[in-house]
Amino acid sequence: MDDALTWGAIIGQILMQFLPVWIALVATYAVSITFKRRLGLYGKLFDSPVGMIGFGIVMFWVFTAVFADQIVTFDPLAQLGSKKNLAPGSVFADAAEDQYKYFLFGGDHLARDVFSRMVMGARSVLSIAPAATAFAFMVGITLGVPAGYFGGRLDTTLSFVANLVLAFPVILLFYLLVTPEIRLTGIPVVLAALLFIFPIVFLTILFNSRYFTDPKKRNLYVGMVLVVGLWAYSGLAFNMDPLGVWSMDPNLLNVFVSVVFVNSPTVFRIVRGIVMDLKARDYVAAGQTRGEGPWYIMLWEILPNARGPLIVDFCLRIGYTTILLGTLGFFGLGVAPDSPDWGSTIDDGRKTLSLFPHAAVVPALALMSLVLGLNLLADGLREESLRD
Amino acid sequence: MTDTTWDPSKPILEIDHLSISFFTRLREIPAVMDFSCTVMAGEAMGLVGESGCGKSTVALAVMRDLGKNGRITGGSIKFKGRNLTTMNDEELRHIRGSEIAMIYQEPMASLNPAMKIGAQLAEVPMIHSGMSKAEAWKLARQIVADVRLPDPDRIINAYPHQLSGGQQQRIVIAMALMAKPALLILDEPTTALDVTVEAGIVDLVKDLGEKYGTSMLFISHNLGLVMDVCDRICVMYSGEAVETGAVKEVFDVMRHPYTQALFRSIPLPGADKNARPLISIPGNFPLPHERPPGCNFGPRCDYFQQGRCDAGDIPMDPVPGGDRHETRCLRWTEIDWAAPPARRAVKTKAPIGKVVLKMEDLKKYYSVSTGAFGGGMTKVVKANETLSFEARQGETLAIVGESGCGKSTFAKVLMGLETATSGSIMLFDENVQSTPIQKRNTDVVSSVQMVFQNPFDTLNPSMTVGRQIIRALEIFKYGNSDEDRRNRMLELLDLVKLPRAFADRMPRQLSGGQKQRVGIARAFAGGAKVVVADEPVSALDVSVQAAVTDLLMDIQRENGTTLLFISHDLSIVRYLSDRVMVMYLGHVVEMGTTDQVFQPPYHPYTEALLSAVPIADTKVERKRIVLEGDIPSAMNPPPGCPFQTRCRWKSKVPGNRCETEMPGVRTLAGGHQIKCHLSTEVLQQMEPVIKVAAE
Amino acid sequence: MLIFIARRLGIMLLTAFVLTFVVFFLTNLPPNLEKLARSEGSVRMSDESVTAWIEQNGHGGSVLTRYGQWLGMVPGWVLTDEKGVTRGRCIAQRQDPAEASRFCGILQGDWGNSTFFKKAVLPSLGEKLGATGWLMLWVMIVMVPTALVIGVVSGMREGTRTDRALSTFSIASTATPEYVSGVILVALFASPVTGLSPILAEWGWIDGKTLFLGAASPDKITFWSFTLPVLTIALYGIGYIARMTRASMTEVMTAQYIRTARLKGVSFGQVVIRHALRNALIAPFTVIMLQFPWLLNGVVIVETLFNYKGFGWTLVQAAGNNDINLLLGCSVVAVFVVLVTQLISDIGYVFLNPRIRIS
Repeated sequence: MDDALTWGAIIGQILMQFLPVWIALVATYAVSITFKRRLGLYGKLFDSPVGMIGFGIVMFWVFTAVFADQIVTFDPLAQLGSKKNLAPGSVFADAAEDQYKYFLFGGDHLARDVFSRMVMGARSVLSIAPAATAFAFMVGITLGVPAGYFGGRLDTTLSFVANLVLAFPVILLFYLLVTPEIRLTGIPVVLAALLFIFPIVFLTILFNSRYFTDPKKRNLYVGMVLVVGLWAYSGLAFNMDPLGVWSMDPNLLNVFVSVVFVNSPTVFRIVRGIVMDLKARDYVAAGQTRGEGPWYIMLWEILPNARGPLIVDFCLRIGYTTILLGTLGFFGLGVAPDSPDWGSTIDDGRKTLSLFPHAAVVPALALMSLVLGLNLLADGLREESLRD
Repeated sequence: MTDTTWDPSKPILEIDHLSISFFTRLREIPAVMDFSCTVMAGEAMGLVGESGCGKSTVALAVMRDLGKNGRITGGSIKFKGRNLTTMNDEELRHIRGSEIAMIYQEPMASLNPAMKIGAQLAEVPMIHSGMSKAEAWKLARQIVADVRLPDPDRIINAYPHQLSGGQQQRIVIAMALMAKPALLILDEPTTALDVTVEAGIVDLVKDLGEKYGTSMLFISHNLGLVMDVCDRICVMYSGEAVETGAVKEVFDVMRHPYTQALFRSIPLPGADKNARPLISIPGNFPLPHERPPGCNFGPRCDYFQQGRCDAGDIPMDPVPGGDRHETRCLRWTEIDWAAPPARRAVKTKAPIGKVVLKMEDLKKYYSVSTGAFGGGMTKVVKANETLSFEARQGETLAIVGESGCGKSTFAKVLMGLETATSGSIMLFDENVQSTPIQKRNTDVVSSVQMVFQNPFDTLNPSMTVGRQIIRALEIFKYGNSDEDRRNRMLELLDLVKLPRAFADRMPRQLSGGQKQRVGIARAFAGGAKVVVADEPVSALDVSVQAAVTDLLMDIQRENGTTLLFISHDLSIVRYLSDRVMVMYLGHVVEMGTTDQVFQPPYHPYTEALLSAVPIADTKVERKRIVLEGDIPSAMNPPPGCPFQTRCRWKSKVPGNRCETEMPGVRTLAGGHQIKCHLSTEVLQQMEPVIKVAAE
Repeated sequence: MLIFIARRLGIMLLTAFVLTFVVFFLTNLPPNLEKLARSEGSVRMSDESVTAWIEQNGHGGSVLTRYGQWLGMVPGWVLTDEKGVTRGRCIAQRQDPAEASRFCGILQGDWGNSTFFKKAVLPSLGEKLGATGWLMLWVMIVMVPTALVIGVVSGMREGTRTDRALSTFSIASTATPEYVSGVILVALFASPVTGLSPILAEWGWIDGKTLFLGAASPDKITFWSFTLPVLTIALYGIGYIARMTRASMTEVMTAQYIRTARLKGVSFGQVVIRHALRNALIAPFTVIMLQFPWLLNGVVIVETLFNYKGFGWTLVQAAGNNDINLLLGCSVVAVFVVLVTQLISDIGYVFLNPRIRIS
């Protein structure tokens, strides 16, 4: 019978478990720093200590999500043995021959391994947050650019709708939108149908406005967008992909759609503001005087010049989305009951908080560090993009 | 506050071998090297040079306000015998504002938006001489009256945004004068203002300088302005003073090749685009960290001698016989300064062809909603009022006017970005008045193109130079393949005299002049017949202006393009245009050939405009006509003649016709049109504003 | 100015209508009503009887009509069942139908009955709001001054060590949502087995088992019970407001007019206080006001975490127990709070900014 691990040993074991992550991190940094002068804004990030730290933390979690299967010590969903709420470093008494022998971060009230749940939580968060943010950006950009560029009644209407959504306290919206009952009504599917069409619309307009002078190229690009886009669309929004490649769990769809819905109006407002500022530039007027269509000017002349603030906001917004997902988990909304995502684990852990804090503190710190990393990364990017 | 220990016969300001550097993460960037100058009591010293030459850095160094990255790396600045470079913050604070005051380029930005004018003014004596609040406000009111602002009681209780640009600059001047400083630093104080407003400010500065006996350090890129204001001048180039001396001496007997080249590149009366074209300075201004060894001007200098000029640092050399006249040139005694310029190519005048553009009774009205918060009523702004003219093939028609005169609206209407309210625009016999640009066919669009004002704005910062020109070719349906278009793009780069390698560069890697050239190439991509050039050179440095102007002229000559040249700068207009149209508040007040417009009889506004433009030539005599007040807002134009509020001839018109009746267009001899109530006799009596003394 | 406020009020009213309608629509979706029927009636009801129950209790018909009834702009429903008993929206139990008023919606002050609390919505909501009010008050008292001081101090000398330290703190605090900071604070200060409390208890510095309490109650507001909830909500807001203030302050400090003031000989302290502060605080003011929707979020999380029976706790209970009337009431209050703060922020912005006020 082994003894429980000391804190030093726990840290040592954990560092060992994360070995693939360390290797990947070192490789990323070595390559990036070597070629940083040739990598544009991404390369400049390595001039800023803040940005480097932020990027490091974010990549740590990204690699953790990628290598989660190698890192976990136990099945994150399994109830291990009969002893509950084991302290960090405790020995797993009923370990089989080929099983790991310790609860590195202890066990929770159902005797699941806290460490493994935290690692798997990273995967569940990072598979939703960036994608949801990207969709929110697509929606925000597709609506915000014309609102800022044309102004007038279109802008008034869209801004009113955006403000309407923003006036909802997020939590109320979640309680109304993410419920098992609402899934029965099909509202999430309608919302998904509405929100998921934006990337297709965006890309179609993007390529058409650029290549309409060369119909051959235009047909190729637009055709590709439509084929791939509508294929994915049928699967993701309606779960009707004929080939069965694209699909989304209804629970997940509900969460995903709500998060996109909550984030889009803010992106809309940011994009609209930047476009209103940029549209007064002479190169926009130059485009107009040579007879360019409004969409070309919006998407090819204005939008690329808005990328700096948008990239920064994208990083911040992934963090914010992570917090929102955590909130959903914390209130047990829209996730499977035993899901290892950080929000739900915090919620599970808080019931035993005052006596066995580790079950809630570990995922809490994990979530905080990821958001902190994203914030620092955004700060570094902002600083570097403003410089010279 | 006067320091009793200081002897007034000694210099007020003595800058001795001053060097300033800025420190970035990568390197130290020397901004000013080995700069010396002295300013005596009551003297006005002008610092001239192109942007980036370090003139503003010198001014900020005197104020000891170089920011976090700037540091004085050598030399000293003495003010009334006290060394400013070693003073601590507390000592500096007592000198700033009370003994040395500064006036800045942008008046709006220099005033605190959330504080009343009176409070901002009164603060100065309250800090420096412990004056009571009531007394300080009284003084503020008096100084506001001194800077000739109407209704000082209202103004001291106003916020900055309630005043016009000219008024704000007067307030900044008043603020500088509150403590009766011994030295006044003016950093491009009139650059952001219209010419006629500028003239008033210049007059005020000169008078106040004399009245209070203040010494001045006047920083400007405008040689003419320096001649108007200053006694002495210091010409700077790339961080160094290259020539210094009394204004008249430096202007008439310059002894540095850069000064000479500078004067040859600015359009003075007598210059002509065909017979006596301007000579631009070849090459580019060196970047601070890429300065050549030896003489900084060497690579661009006509008199450069290898092995000598680039051998080592060159000291300032006194010119004997001059009044403290010095030059930083090794060869100044060897150069024949009277020789005519070698590189002057006389060009033939292009023939003027048939009418390509004809506007008749063009009107453009906007309705604007007034009232602070979006509500309220709408108001009609008459941006263009009965505009009629024609332009011929190969002709340059200049459109002159200050802000709010409607010249940009006119350009927008012509380009089809806006449609006119009424009237007709005949473009190659086709009426395009109500055709917005999307509905015009490609031929029409490609034959009317535009060159924009701001070089930093005219190119899309995230697209390569080549890509931007190719896009224009794509849109104009040029060529059948990408290769065709790429070849044509390279030809266009040749046309604007840029290396072909620039095709793959991003705009930020280009200088202002180079960007402007790309803008021109893009405009000519579709073989434009009519080009609207909206102040194409006003944002460029003088030495580059000449090159870009000449380029435009050359392309025009080759292609027989009709050029509509929009500008507020009468010097350049006189130099390059065939005909001139003067606009004021949406009206064309005068139109005729260049000679007709620049000779009497004038429209009173043209007269004032001519008088207001500073000319850097000691042989030119100018009559001073300073207009009262500011340009009225186009939202709220005066009744009757638009110019009546500022016209000095108004009393010569019987009755109150000027205030009630819009004057009609009068055609004088030779098709010269003037919109004025003055009788023909009065017009005939007008004297020329500019007289060139016989050489 | 009056036109401006009138317009704002008009838009606000429109927003309120749309928002309440959306909430009404979402809470009265058929599945919710079915759930209500089963919980009010019997869990084993057949589908037919569920439909009947819904009809008989006035939940049938078009959603617009029901919304109108709930608002009090459409007469309340009246139904007489086969036993001849007349029941209706506005008819209280054992009340003569003839005496009942025709309209009874929130406009008449009738917010309906809570199925969870088994009493009228309005009084129970009022009580809970009072409890949350105290919490919010203390959050504001802690959050706003702290955030402004941090923002101003770090923004007035950009790039210094103080600035870096304070900025890092603000970034870290914006990365800590309430459910994270709450958990960590409790683990540190309110757990008898970890953090500070066992050490302090061992040294005999505290009487109880923990330094602060891990739960709070509106009946007993003490320093020991309120510190952690207040800190938890404030922490997230502090970082956000401080970052806004810092950004605004650094921008103002590089403005030309600040240089003008400095070169007039104004001392650094006076430059900050007289010239910079007012201009720099315009933007954060708006932000603070717009923080309210977020604070509401924080309140819900913290009240759940610390089991504080206030508005947020009520919202969670209402949503969790399908208490439609209570949830509607909560939504109305939330929407109202958000809209009023938006209005205040707009008007305040205009008043703080002379450029807009006088033009």
